[in-house]
Amino acid sequence: MTGTTSGSRLHLPRYRREDPSLRTPVGYPDYKSTGLRAPLRTPVDLPQRLTEVTGPLLGEDRVTALDADLTKRNGGEAMGQRIIVHGRVLDSDGRPVPHTLVEMWQANAHGRYRHVVDNWPAPLDPHFDGLGRVMTGDQGRYEFLTIKPGAYPWRNHHNAWRPAHIHFSLFGRAFTQRLITQMYFPDDPLFFQDPIFNAIPEGARTAAISRFDYDRTVDHWALAFEFDFVLRGRDQTPFETDDDGDVA
Amino acid sequence: MTTASQTASQTASAAVSVQNPDLVLTPSATAGPYLAIGLTWDNGHGVVPVGTPGGFWIRGIVFDGLDEPVADALVETWQADPNGRFDHPDDPRGAQEYPDLTGFGRSQTVNGGEFSFYTLKPGRVPDGEGGLQAPHIDVSVFARGLLNRLVTRIYFEDEAEANAEDVVLNSVPEERRRTLLARRTEDGYRFDLNLQGDPETVFFSL
Ligand SMILES: [Fe+3]
Repeated sequence: MTGTTSGSRLHLPRYRREDPSLRTPVGYPDYKSTGLRAPLRTPVDLPQRLTEVTGPLLGEDRVTALDADLTKRNGGEAMGQRIIVHGRVLDSDGRPVPHTLVEMWQANAHGRYRHVVDNWPAPLDPHFDGLGRVMTGDQGRYEFLTIKPGAYPWRNHHNAWRPAHIHFSLFGRAFTQRLITQMYFPDDPLFFQDPIFNAIPEGARTAAISRFDYDRTVDHWALAFEFDFVLRGRDQTPFETDDDGDVA
Repeated sequence: MTTASQTASQTASAAVSVQNPDLVLTPSATAGPYLAIGLTWDNGHGVVPVGTPGGFWIRGIVFDGLDEPVADALVETWQADPNGRFDHPDDPRGAQEYPDLTGFGRSQTVNGGEFSFYTLKPGRVPDGEGGLQAPHIDVSVFARGLLNRLVTRIYFEDEAEANAEDVVLNSVPEERRRTLLARRTEDGYRFDLNLQGDPETVFFSL
């Protein structure tokens, strides 16, 4: 059965377009893996309709209380510098995005991922798997306890090292807001040679770097970094549209 | 000691009480080669539980510019229910008839670069211009080598009449529309994604 609509008017929000001068391109020549993967044709403009302004509202059932603490796995303590990573998920108007899923993954303190493809000579940590999940609260807040990831080498160019980073995945409340990103740490000396960091347009790079947050450090326990995620905001005035009133 | 690095996240915190329409968006980055650590879900491919009556598989391979399968990509889908409705507050019509349908699918390309979803065919969704869109599924593709996600749509080759009226399909150059059509197979449909090259899939900007 297809073709059912109601006769009511639909009031659709519309998510503002990204500023092209601040948007990370899909491909970037210095990042070698883009060569055979980034599309060569210009994308076709897709005006947002119902499918784009809605999205999965994933529930608490994806998350357990332990998922926000990456420092205790397999009955022991992860090695490394304990850090609190916290902040808010906002839209670009500064409005919190509550009850949305935040997923993250990262290398261990030695810069090694728990993944079959990662086999450079740095140790794995039996008490660290590098996976975290939380739901944001009423005010869009999230918080993880983890360890500071190490830098790691890769084959992009001679003596290439990724600056320390944590991978994050966010849904927001609409397909349009879906985001996968990497959060960096302040003043990393490896930024200059990293094509993934430098592919971000200059005006947006600081938005990928966390802030050292002395106020949230915990004496004799953990350092702290603050990072707010900013997803696309909605137009103030929703546009209105008639659907055709044809009730199947 | 908090003054050393001025970052946009700081600006964002300050702006929460004062509405500022110009916060810099968090920039996208590649999901990289290790996305399986963070983004693996049991049954992520089940938009409805496998075996749900009326369900079928959509399977496909992601190909790179040399027609080699991409074995480390993540494909996600988002779709309406068979009535063309979304279980979401911004669809004021609501959706109650398919409680087992999440509308969302997540599948990694592992064996030979294949992804797969088990789902129900979405209904026709109003297009906002007085007509109805053809049944379609929104798709996001993430992978090492892609610094920003790719967005496309799956349409169905056996919906020729609806497809002919679809505003999005009609906005795509005719000779490229076939890249958006899933083809009938024994257990459902096949929809390959070609990231680059001659048969390059149509990707959209939102
Ligand atoms: Fe990484």
